[in-house]
Amino acid sequence: MVKVFVPRDSTALSLGADRTAKAIQAEADKRGVDIELVRNGSRGLFWLEPLVEVETTEGRVAFAPVKTKDVTGLFDANFTDALSSEAQAHALHLGLTEDLDWMKKQQRLTFARIGVTDPVSLDDYIAHDGYKGLHNALNLSGEEIVQAVTDSGLRGRGGAAFPTGIKWNTVLGAPADQKYIVCNADEGDSGTFSDRMVMEDDPFVLIEGMTIAGLAVGATQGYIYLRSEYPHSLAILNEAISKAYAADYLGDDIQGSGKAFHLEVRRAAGAYVCGEETSLLESLEGKRGLVRFKPPLPAIEGLFGKPTVVNNVISLATVPIILDKGAQYYADYGMGRSRGTLPIQLAGNIKQGGLVELAFGVTLRELLYDYGGGSASGRPIRAVQVGGPLGAYLPESQFDTPVDYESFQKLWAVLGHGGIVAFDDTVDMSKMARYAFEFCTIESCGKCTPCRIGSVRGTEVMDKITSGEDNTKESHAKNIQVLRDLSDTMINGSLCAMGGMTPFPVISALNHFPEDFEPKNKAKVTSE
Amino acid sequence: MSTTLSATDLTKIEAHIAAHIGVPGGLTPLMHAIQDDIGYIPEEIYPQVSKAMALSVAEVHGFVTFYHHFRTHPVGKHVLQICRAESCQAMGSEQLETDIKTKYGVDYHETTKDGELTILPVYCLGNCACSPAVMLDDDVHGRVDMGVIEEIVSEVTNHG
Ligand SMILES: Cc1cc2nc3c(=O)[nH]c(=O)nc-3n(C[C@H](O)[C@H](O)[C@H](O)COP(=O)(O)O)c2cc1C
Ligand code: SF4
Ligand code: FES
Repeated sequence: MVKVFVPRDSTALSLGADRTAKAIQAEADKRGVDIELVRNGSRGLFWLEPLVEVETTEGRVAFAPVKTKDVTGLFDANFTDALSSEAQAHALHLGLTEDLDWMKKQQRLTFARIGVTDPVSLDDYIAHDGYKGLHNALNLSGEEIVQAVTDSGLRGRGGAAFPTGIKWNTVLGAPADQKYIVCNADEGDSGTFSDRMVMEDDPFVLIEGMTIAGLAVGATQGYIYLRSEYPHSLAILNEAISKAYAADYLGDDIQGSGKAFHLEVRRAAGAYVCGEETSLLESLEGKRGLVRFKPPLPAIEGLFGKPTVVNNVISLATVPIILDKGAQYYADYGMGRSRGTLPIQLAGNIKQGGLVELAFGVTLRELLYDYGGGSASGRPIRAVQVGGPLGAYLPESQFDTPVDYESFQKLWAVLGHGGIVAFDDTVDMSKMARYAFEFCTIESCGKCTPCRIGSVRGTEVMDKITSGEDNTKESHAKNIQVLRDLSDTMINGSLCAMGGMTPFPVISALNHFPEDFEPKNKAKVTSE
Repeated sequence: MSTTLSATDLTKIEAHIAAHIGVPGGLTPLMHAIQDDIGYIPEEIYPQVSKAMALSVAEVHGFVTFYHHFRTHPVGKHVLQICRAESCQAMGSEQLETDIKTKYGVDYHETTKDGELTILPVYCLGNCACSPAVMLDDDVHGRVDMGVIEEIVSEVTNHG
């Protein structure tokens, strides 16, 4: 019996993977070919989904993209014997997956199993080094676990890049009858899907990471705050959680250690700002997601007023490999103060979109061209937005910037959650600037004026600037100044980064692409 | 307030309320349970919810209006969410939004006259490597154009 893999990741499904899987099973049944159909996660070569793999003695062989109409042809070419010359001659045959250029140079640590295993098979997880980190952690004290995470250099992957070990240490040192681990799975940034992939394609690694976090700080209850836009993630997480309970990887007595950790998924309700950690906690408490004043830090007074670790999915999913292979192993990757690897997401107008995990230090240019293959439209890439809707736009002249928190900071930009959205030369950057304000208006929690009112003002000023309604050079210059002043007010006067960083995309667009901020009807501009 | 709720819906809602009393932070899961089950959150049940969750009616109202996901009116049999965020914009979602609105004769938050289809804006579906993306009911579709939209919509509705 030969194993045939067809991904069940949302993006693969969005391109017809379910239909492909059904067609393959039906054709195999019809022809009496004995196959075991495995619904794995995605390898992250999303431009090639549905990417079907066939197991061989040499490794897995990829055929892609496989649509239902290709299925009979593949069977005609005997693709289930993927090393046969007929199969190799098939137009969709790509060779060994591991040898594909896209895969070969990646450094997959957090994503080691993703696309390889059946996401909801606990046996598969364990057979691929799963739960080794937890078993090590069960023999360590809380202090020792926290030390390992600190030594690894891991910084939060949700956006703010705060050292995870230091956060955990605060919670560990806060005495309380109850503590919580909260996983921020709100993943609202456009251009990002790495959290989703972890949850759909390797949910046990997140469960393991959260369990280790619980052991480290003395928390016995965890919540995954999952965005409502991810129904597939919800189903897969719940299936994995119930399997983990059944096998004593969750519950009152984890692997006979006498230690407890419970885990539950809670659905968000479509508010971007609830990705901000204190807004998230309010939402988890069943309230409107109004951002809280800090201090107190959530690490001291978090969920229901108790010490709480709030971490991003990727931060938590990276903990198991650190506890398995050691802090130094992880810290050996990376550059400067950015240690380890980052799962980078290539999106927008890009030919080869998908997931690339690499050590910090790779440049935007390598990502956009060596991995991404340039734009999808074939036109020049004019700008990229990195780090979601609150991230700056970078022009071509900055494409040699390495992926590193500090290098981005120097450019007044952010890495955020590692999403890169490419735009070709048809983009109108003044529209993108206006959209940044519009998005802030829609998503503002409303607690502070610079954000709530400033964002509305921002769209109005943008309309004035581009409409050519104020048609003198002086009034245009004045409007640009208003835009800059407004941005300063938002940066300095907002309670959280929603209002405080909306100016990043706006001002970077203005600085790098001033030509797009000219009035649209140029003929009208006079110099009175 | 209009009472459009059927007795069966009311019974269902009461069961959901009962199941969420005492659940920490239970208001969010309760509202999800109600909306998943009957399609929206009827304002006429706020008094019952507020009593069970020890909140004021104003607090329940404030809660529901804060979240984009929750709605206080029924939607069509099928819901098409169109992604408006940056990555999809980079791949022409703006034109797609216009074309969809024209084709089905509805704006955002509106339902076709036959009650079959509601369209809603959404800000990222996590499918950004294959933009533009939409979600029809619970299924995401990537790299869509009007051809794909018409095909998937016609599979579930009477709209050709
Ligand atoms: C408006 C806003 C939205 C955010 N959205 C997310 C999000 O979707 N996911 C996330 O992990 N962090 C998000 N953050 C960052 C969180 O506040 C917080 O820093 C993070 O969850 C901490 O986890 P980490 O240290 O593991 O990164 C957001 C912040 C702001 C201001
Ligand atoms: S900046 Fe905006 S989102 Fe943040 S607290 Fe103020 S109003 Fe709320
Ligand atoms: S921006 Fe449209 S799916 Fe992410």
